Amino acid sequence: MKQHLQNPTKNPPPTTTSGSTGVVTDMRVIVPLQGVVQGGGGGLILGSIIPCALFYFFQLYLKSKNRSGDDSAAPPPPQLPEIEPPGGGLQRVQSVRSIWSPRGSNSQVSSRASFVIKQVDNPYYVGLEKSCLDCYDEVCNPGGIIQLGFDENKLSLDVVQDWLMAHTKCSIVCQDLQMNGITAYHPFDGLSELKMAVAGFMSQVMEGRVLFDPSQMNLTSGVSPAIEMLVFCLADLGNAFLVPSPYSPDLDRDIKWRTGVEIIPVPCRSSDNFSLSTASLNRAYNQAKKRGLKVQGVIVSNPSNPVGNLLTRETLYNLLDFATEKNIHVIANETLVGPIDDKNQEFVSMAEIINSEEYDRKRVHIVYGLSKDISLPGFKVGVVYSFNQTVLQASKKLMRFSSVSSLSQRLLVSMFNDSRFVREFIKINRERVERMSDLFVGGLKELGIKCMKSSRGSYCWADMSGFIRPYSEKGELELWEKLLNVAKINATPGSCCHCIEPGWFRFCFASLTEKQVPLVMERIREVL
Amino acid sequence: MAIEIVQPSTVGLSKIAVSDTHGEDSPYFAGWKAYDENPYHEINNPTGVIQMGLAENQVSFDLLEEYLEANLESTNWGQKVSGFRENALFQDYHGLLSFRKAMASFMEEVRGGKAKFNPDRVVLTAGATAANELLTFILADPGDALLVPTPYYPGFDRDLRWRTGVQIVPIHCDSSNNFQITPEALEAAYDHATSMNIKVRGVLITNPSNPLGATIQRKVLEEILDFATRKNIHLVSDEIYSGSAFYADEFVSIAEVLESRNYKDSERCHIVYSLSKDLGLPGFRVGTVYSYNDQVVTTARRMSSFTLISSQTQFLLASMLSDKEFTRKYIKINRERLKKRYEMIINGLKKAGIECLKGNAGLFCWMNLSPFLEEPTIKSELAIWKTIMHEVRLNISPGSSCHCSEPGWFRVCFANMSEETLEVALTRIHEFIKQRKQ
Repeated sequence: MKQHLQNPTKNPPPTTTSGSTGVVTDMRVIVPLQGVVQGGGGGLILGSIIPCALFYFFQLYLKSKNRSGDDSAAPPPPQLPEIEPPGGGLQRVQSVRSIWSPRGSNSQVSSRASFVIKQVDNPYYVGLEKSCLDCYDEVCNPGGIIQLGFDENKLSLDVVQDWLMAHTKCSIVCQDLQMNGITAYHPFDGLSELKMAVAGFMSQVMEGRVLFDPSQMNLTSGVSPAIEMLVFCLADLGNAFLVPSPYSPDLDRDIKWRTGVEIIPVPCRSSDNFSLSTASLNRAYNQAKKRGLKVQGVIVSNPSNPVGNLLTRETLYNLLDFATEKNIHVIANETLVGPIDDKNQEFVSMAEIINSEEYDRKRVHIVYGLSKDISLPGFKVGVVYSFNQTVLQASKKLMRFSSVSSLSQRLLVSMFNDSRFVREFIKINRERVERMSDLFVGGLKELGIKCMKSSRGSYCWADMSGFIRPYSEKGELELWEKLLNVAKINATPGSCCHCIEPGWFRFCFASLTEKQVPLVMERIREVL
Repeated sequence: MAIEIVQPSTVGLSKIAVSDTHGEDSPYFAGWKAYDENPYHEINNPTGVIQMGLAENQVSFDLLEEYLEANLESTNWGQKVSGFRENALFQDYHGLLSFRKAMASFMEEVRGGKAKFNPDRVVLTAGATAANELLTFILADPGDALLVPTPYYPGFDRDLRWRTGVQIVPIHCDSSNNFQITPEALEAAYDHATSMNIKVRGVLITNPSNPLGATIQRKVLEEILDFATRKNIHLVSDEIYSGSAFYADEFVSIAEVLESRNYKDSERCHIVYSLSKDLGLPGFRVGTVYSYNDQVVTTARRMSSFTLISSQTQFLLASMLSDKEFTRKYIKINRERLKKRYEMIINGLKKAGIECLKGNAGLFCWMNLSPFLEEPTIKSELAIWKTIMHEVRLNISPGSSCHCSEPGWFRVCFANMSEETLEVALTRIHEFIKQRKQ
């Protein structure tokens, strides 16, 4: 892509009025014709004052609309910015900026950065930051905030820790530390031994129903860069992805922040158990078309986050049919749940569907996050799995921006090659997650809070609509605030997940110990 | 199934996916391919291609190895259960506090204590590549430009432009004053951008410079800072080679300049650092954005979710970087060894009749082959480069891939091999020049 010269962006020259934060707004508030107003006769004064005053207030109005988060006044709640239809060069650049900053403010950081800064009032981030600063600790800070907004699995850490204690030194030092060892540059898309080990592990979790091919895989430092990278490869600035809602707040970041790609939510309702239908996909697609947005694909999570549903085989087929009809991509973000005892639910990986049916494999891309599956959040490994060679090649090059440390890779290779350990771990981890899930959901039930039927994920989707007044987003956020500041529980309100029905909350419970569950329930009871 | 319909060619991809802005088709990378196909080995392949295009630091590896072997037990995350729990779970973008403190402390050590660093301004990224890209995302919009002095690291074309959509406008430097950046050149670059209606958002310098292998003088840093202030733009200083300056007092960091000005106007300044070059740990993927601007720190921290450093790596390195005895010793010995290597290669090249730019830092030297070109053109430069690659079997980086305005300059790396291998390379060059003279 030649860096062709953009058309002039018609921004007025910056005037430096940088405040302490260094952000510059360049709308000058001009008090015009002061001199005239001070002098002259009556009629002239009035004739001057009124238009001046109007002009003055108009500028103030525009200036307040242009604020880019540089002062203490709370900006309005985050909205999806209006996107103008893509046009020619100049218009295109303007519409690009408007994705991040509706009025294209000329502050000293980029529009992308300004957009991120505005997120400060998003309850998801407020909750995370606050609970970070006032973190619950049984001994040191028993009155602190219990974090139920971060989806991470601490339940089987001790199992991993024991293994690491026994094997680390050997994994690192006995290996050749030297030139070709762990300290040197290595392929950014992951060591081939690790890819093979990961492919083997994934197949093991799926009990052999899918065989994963390491050559179709690239490894990166987590699910977020994996998703972002795919979005960069599949869509241009200003394009859009359809995403069934409610969806994880992280997707707003992963899909939109740096790429300039838009999300069109595909609302799902509790009346259908939040399942995804072709009709709603079509509706969303048409909406996008009306707004002049080119849809490049659909991004689904399986199990869905935050609801916890497994996508049925039928849903997956319908999704692929829809994608084929519109000639767009499908990105599936899968957490490897593996086969479950419950005969009513089975986890079907997109990889399985793609293998068996005659769909164009080049439109399907799968992302896996090892952090959750093997409870190794610190390791930060994400997998991009694709059959599209161009995408694989491009993402391979992009991996240089988010590569996994060779240290972590070596450890993981050793760990995955210890198949006895992996088998044990999968079994123990599953049991513990199930137990915690039953405990937590049961606890909520006793409080009169019902949850969506869980698929054994590490979170639950709770219906607290009976406890909010009014039955609206406002009521939901009031309850969220009470939970955070009074009950000292950080949960994720459904509005952050773009749920169209107020009152739903996501609770991530896999970072708790069993002992803490009654405490959590007690605290929640306080504010109901 | 119904009638087989031939689908039109595959579902569309983005411009980023199909473009060549990644720049990996340039000669800089082509040379690496030649090396990969026929790598030199002292015993197994003594006629293979010697890699002199990779800026990697292996001269002080033994010091690292010694430290790791002796201290791995104590950095073992199994020490206390709770310790492990907190540490392993730090998938958060804040990073381990102990590691941020360690990075800040190490950066101070490298600058001989002449500047202070606040751990709360350290944002961790998976390598300097990610740090540079991250800053570009934060400081500039698609279509905007960063001014970068030439010659510059070829990877910038990719790191600063590919996904960000930002452009690079070169600040032309030439050999008449040893490629130093002048206020005239800065103004000219800015005016050039403005005349094309491109909005300039900042200047990005590398200090010490890659590929020049020289530190930027204090006076020049002050001029660049003044220029950035006048134009109200940002200044990014990539100081990834700061620990590789041969004489500690010859390296002046922008941090020192800011400190001497009492941090006036510092919110436009940002420093990029990494452990890949100074510590020779590129595999660990440890980089940092250090910014004096609160908004940039906040944004960078949140965006660092895309490029996190694993907590094992942070944990392991935290104790090593905080160990002042080790870091002081390492930095001192590393500087001495690099200096020795530099002198070895400079003298070797001189004996062959080749001059280099006077350098004082880095893992490479900037060699002048312009007297040996058929014509003073890039074509001739690439011709001689190909000859050196295929006949002399050395992979060196041509100045044109670094956007050098004068043909005939080459970057030659010397720290990624043993002394013996370097001798072999020098002998080959000697032979080559001798033959050419005939």
